[in-house]
Amino acid sequence: MKKYFLLFSLAASLAASAQETVYPAPKQKGPVVITNATVHVGNGQVLNNASIAFENGKITAVGASVAPAAGATVVNAQGKHVYPGLIQSLSNLGLVEINNVRSTNDVRELGELNPNIRSIVAYNTDSKVTNTLRTNGILLANVVPQGGLISGRSSVVQLDAWNWEDAVYKMDGGVHVSLPLLMPRASFLPAAAGAPDPVKAGMEAIDRMRSFLREAKAFHASGVTSAETNLKFDAVKGLFDGSQKLFVEANTIKQILIAVDMAKEIGADLVIVGGADSWRVADLLKQNGVSVILSQSHSLPILDDDDVDQPYKTPAQLQKAGVLFAIADEDGNTRGRNLAFNAGTAVAYGLSKEEALQAVTLNAAKILGIADKTGSIEVGKDANIIVVKGDVLDMRSSVIIDAFIQGRKIDLTDKHKQLSDRFEHKYELRK
Amino acid sequence: MLCGGVLFWLPTLHAQTTFPQNGVADPRSGYYAFTHATLVKDATTTLKDATLIVRDGRIVSVGVGGAVPKGAVEVNCSGKFIYPSFVDAYSDYGTPPPPPRQSGFNFSAPAQLTSPTKGAYSWNAAIRPEQNAARVFATDENKAKALRDAGFGTVLTHVKDGIARGSGALVSLASDKENMTLLKEKASAHYSMNKGSSTQSYPGSMMGIIALLRQTYLDAQWYKANPEKEGRNLSLVAWNELQQLPQIFEANDKWNALRADRIGDEAGVQYIIKAGGNEYQRIAEMKATSATFILPLAFPQAQDVEDPADARMVSVSDMKHWELAPTNPAAFEKAGIPFCLTTSDLRDTKEFLSNVRKAIAYGLTEGAALNALTKTPATVLGVYNEVGSLDAGKWANFFISSGPIFNDGATIYQNWVQGKKHSVREESWAEPKGTYKVVFNTASGPVEYTLNVKSGTSAALVAGNDTVTSRFYFDGRSVRLNVAPERSPDTRFRLSGTVGAEGWSGYGEDSVGNRFTWTAVNMPVNAAAKSDSARRKTPGTLGKVVFPFEPFGWEEGAAPKQETILIQNATVWTNEGDGILQNTDVLLRNGKIAQVGKGIAASGARVIDGTGKHLTPGIIDEHSHIAAASINEGGQSVTSEVRIGDNLAPDDINIYRQLSGGVTTSHILHGSANTIGGQTQLIKLRWGANDEGLKFKGADPFIKFALGENVKRSPAAQNNRFPDTRMGVEQVLTDAFTRAKDYEKAWKDYEANKGKKGAVAPRRDLELDALVEIMNEQRFITCHSYVQSEINAAMKVADKLGFKFNTFTHILEGYKVADKMKTHGANASTFSDWWNYKMEVIDAIPQNASIMQRVGLNVAINSDDAEMARRLNQEAAKSVKYAGMSEEDAFKMVTLNPARMMHIDKQVGSVKVGKDADVVLWSDNPLSIYAKSLYTIVDGTIYFDREKDVQMRQSLAAERQRLVKKMVGEKRSGAPVSTAQPTYQLMHTCSDHAHSHGLLTIDVQETE
Repeated sequence: MKKYFLLFSLAASLAASAQETVYPAPKQKGPVVITNATVHVGNGQVLNNASIAFENGKITAVGASVAPAAGATVVNAQGKHVYPGLIQSLSNLGLVEINNVRSTNDVRELGELNPNIRSIVAYNTDSKVTNTLRTNGILLANVVPQGGLISGRSSVVQLDAWNWEDAVYKMDGGVHVSLPLLMPRASFLPAAAGAPDPVKAGMEAIDRMRSFLREAKAFHASGVTSAETNLKFDAVKGLFDGSQKLFVEANTIKQILIAVDMAKEIGADLVIVGGADSWRVADLLKQNGVSVILSQSHSLPILDDDDVDQPYKTPAQLQKAGVLFAIADEDGNTRGRNLAFNAGTAVAYGLSKEEALQAVTLNAAKILGIADKTGSIEVGKDANIIVVKGDVLDMRSSVIIDAFIQGRKIDLTDKHKQLSDRFEHKYELRK
Repeated sequence: MLCGGVLFWLPTLHAQTTFPQNGVADPRSGYYAFTHATLVKDATTTLKDATLIVRDGRIVSVGVGGAVPKGAVEVNCSGKFIYPSFVDAYSDYGTPPPPPRQSGFNFSAPAQLTSPTKGAYSWNAAIRPEQNAARVFATDENKAKALRDAGFGTVLTHVKDGIARGSGALVSLASDKENMTLLKEKASAHYSMNKGSSTQSYPGSMMGIIALLRQTYLDAQWYKANPEKEGRNLSLVAWNELQQLPQIFEANDKWNALRADRIGDEAGVQYIIKAGGNEYQRIAEMKATSATFILPLAFPQAQDVEDPADARMVSVSDMKHWELAPTNPAAFEKAGIPFCLTTSDLRDTKEFLSNVRKAIAYGLTEGAALNALTKTPATVLGVYNEVGSLDAGKWANFFISSGPIFNDGATIYQNWVQGKKHSVREESWAEPKGTYKVVFNTASGPVEYTLNVKSGTSAALVAGNDTVTSRFYFDGRSVRLNVAPERSPDTRFRLSGTVGAEGWSGYGEDSVGNRFTWTAVNMPVNAAAKSDSARRKTPGTLGKVVFPFEPFGWEEGAAPKQETILIQNATVWTNEGDGILQNTDVLLRNGKIAQVGKGIAASGARVIDGTGKHLTPGIIDEHSHIAAASINEGGQSVTSEVRIGDNLAPDDINIYRQLSGGVTTSHILHGSANTIGGQTQLIKLRWGANDEGLKFKGADPFIKFALGENVKRSPAAQNNRFPDTRMGVEQVLTDAFTRAKDYEKAWKDYEANKGKKGAVAPRRDLELDALVEIMNEQRFITCHSYVQSEINAAMKVADKLGFKFNTFTHILEGYKVADKMKTHGANASTFSDWWNYKMEVIDAIPQNASIMQRVGLNVAINSDDAEMARRLNQEAAKSVKYAGMSEEDAFKMVTLNPARMMHIDKQVGSVKVGKDADVVLWSDNPLSIYAKSLYTIVDGTIYFDREKDVQMRQSLAAERQRLVKKMVGEKRSGAPVSTAQPTYQLMHTCSDHAHSHGLLTIDVQETE
């Protein structure tokens, strides 16, 4: 009987595995309780042998003694680890399908000052990449436009949706700025005829952007309506009333100093994105209440002189300084699926496991302004939860068994599992 | 010499016979006697009170004292020094300026496949041996003056354009008609690693340049038999003609010097090597070339590092090079390597003498400096019988200076070239500084004063006890004085005079109009000019050269050595039948694994406690692009002649970084720009070794092939290089191996008929040689590939033409044709989880490795990325995660399996007695993300030691602070500084995908 059941379930999964039939899950119907789990709350706490109950998409109880509601579906997570769904705080998901195929790229608009651009309207829920992220426990992503100086506005999406309106988790919450590098051209590179000094040109561009932000702020502060509507002014209104955050891509000390100064001037809530050298100015960031999204820990140090493990230990240095930071995974070749492992590496170089987890859950939620809804397994929050065979941060045992988005149990099939099935079939490798 | 001495009297030198005279002839022999000079004949002989006699442009005699011959004009050089004018063996004086440099292969632009040069010349536009400097040479008075002012009389000039640059000409710097200044029409042959103005795509890489030179040497040899098939090739004719001359190679860098020397060794040529200034960093290797070097003195300026944010981007090696660059000539002298000095590469020729003096302050001896500017260049160019010392019969090329030329402040007054005077600072000849006896011959009799002249504009008259400042003017020819000895305007004297050999004399008026004559005679002070050497400023404490010249390099003598090491009580991943052994000891001795077991004792061994730790074989990366000066030769679709091993770059910090990730062996592959790429190089990560020292000795040679998007140049907006489709790729393979088969047969036929009439040797073709090796299983293919159709097609071509694909690398759709690969006998080396970055990888899956392995292939996980290579253990672990592979099997994918596919599993890949002691001690299970290498050991030498690394960080930080302080001090002292230049790093990649290499890394494809 048991054997029969297994075969049946395998057949069922195959039936579901036709490429386009991984359906977004319907709204949570009945209550669910996950029992006997090691619960990593996301706020640093670990609860052994604990249960989590959720209903109508929200977590209703967490703890050692949770009485399952009548008719609740029970998921026995004995020996398993349960975590909040991971949050990719920096992503081109749904905007870029295949990096090198131009027609599949919708991430970089023309123009210098584009706050009016919104990533959400181009977000493709049917990207083949999405399901591969869910397989690795990523349930939410901040979809970020690039290019120009003010690239546009980002939105946070949940990764189980029919269309972008379904997907949206927080709309237009971030205004994204990309600062010029402000470094002299490499002397061995031939300068194009008439090419401007990149430092000077960069500073001038920053001045133009700051003028725009100044004028926008003055405009909104005046309360006066203008005869002509300025869509760009409208797009940044939230920066001045705290409903939007200013995300500035800045890696060098100079860039970070400029970003901090700029945010102070207009009174915006600043998030440094990239942050390669953020560890050098961690105290300054702490003093100014600036948070950081480290775009990729799996990268090489900036300079040959740097400690060989510098990017790996940057998270621990920010943690020590008390800076709020998230870890992201922007890797173009793996398409962001190694988020948990970027955090895991930080554990090898100084973070505790729970701190590393926070960097991809609650910290990310705080930075993205969604911590009221998600980021930890706490009562009242959305049931964005993953159940893992082992340690989510370590590829040695990081196998996601179940995942819930807003209480909905999602299908963890992805294109890769399907292709793997297809050729296991060919070679008769299935056991 | 004697015979030459007679010749020199022929009166042909100053009046060119064939040129008609407009006006009345003015023949002169330029007969001069320079007397009472301190004469430096050469670096070893200095004569006091010497007389130099010149006539008709040549030196007649040199001796002490002696009478001035009748008919000669005497020039009294008392107190002055005469030196042989310098010889610069590396100049482009009087030739057209070098054309703008063309960059290498551009991945996204159309290719220039044929030579744009018109005429019966080489197939490659950068091979220009027919270029003849003498034919384009034209006197350039401005440049000549700048060089003469720096002490030079003769230069070897050439056209700095091309890889083979043709012949150089020896010319004098006299202001004369070219017919007179062109001393030797073909004096040298020149080569470089810069293709100059050639717009041809090939060669687009360092290794391509080397391959082109290597092939051209063979072609030139073959062409001697006038093969009809080649027609007339004027470039090869010229190439052969130039071989008798001194061969000068512009290397401009320490590693290039070695590369050039090896080209020479293969061709039986000893080059004279033009250096770049960083050779002191590998002086032992420079010595081993047996070459004479030509050293530039273009020392880097200090950078402005006052702003700490700017300083942060400047590496300690750049600052260190700034500090140590002036020691370069001294390092050559100390090592006993012959060298010349050149004005080449200087921002301004005016810097030359001060930079020589700086080099002397940094340890170069004055004698060596003088030799390097006279005898050595003259000797290597074979013209020491003409120039380079002050000896009878040589060209009268000499300069007269105020004192020892290497003293700070020594001035050159005149530089005589071919017996003709050229002023340098003639106005200083009669340096007015000194004490003079002045006599006013007034109506009431002579009045005597003492005049103290401080400079050409300042003098004071001593009248009794009173010293009166005077208005003074002196220009070497005339002199003026305006002074009131009685301090009264009514007794003011105004003097005007001329400067003569015996003193000054002239006419004066006093304030009431009385006229008188006057004289002034210098009262010499008896102080012989001496060399500054005793009181020269020393440069103070200097940093040490480290090996490699990079952060985390080893100081001389501090490099890790092979040790006897006993690792006790570790969990040992053997990769052998024993599997994973608990609580086991491993003994490393003489670079080999000596013993594996329990309770091993070894006296004198360094004992490392392995309790709770994991010992594994070192990681082997099948696909890497680190430590090379170039990676892609994309100029043609078939470039099997190029060799990564020709251009290893041991200063790559990624060697050290990857050691920290447990990597011990890396396979450095050519990129994927073309179907048949270049020969690969297997290395061991022996941080600090030189290029030869990195090589994995005795391993089977491999070659890189590639299929798909890159080779059909999909990223290019326009492509004109065949192939443009996968259909064409298949034909490139078929064609190349078909040609190779015919070529092999042609050689076999020739060998069989050698000596018989009509047997002509085929042209030796290095491109086809490599393919013949493949067909004979002497060389093995690793083939970049993604899509199942192309993999299948490649194997069919191989089956048909009788060769094998040893390895398919990347092979992201290998899981679709694993059965066919198994039948073919191929290995697979893949990425763990890359996909969707380009069209041909949309079906890549992380289960790929596992499926291929289960079908029975030998599978490895490779990096192709300098960052990811540090985490290959984690990449292997992903097959555990995605496909449930066993941990032992997974770890073999980055150790034993790649060793097997590269045929080195007899030496490395497992912990087995007798194999190389290439092991890693991990802090944790090596498949865990929490595992760190504590020790990475290659050949029993601990190249990475995590505790030592911490100490090195501290000393590096201290060294950095010291250098920043010194540079800031340089700026404060008023020395010129340049804006801080971030230490960008060129990263050579496969040009296939994105990398996370950091802010200062420039992907080479962006620049070439």
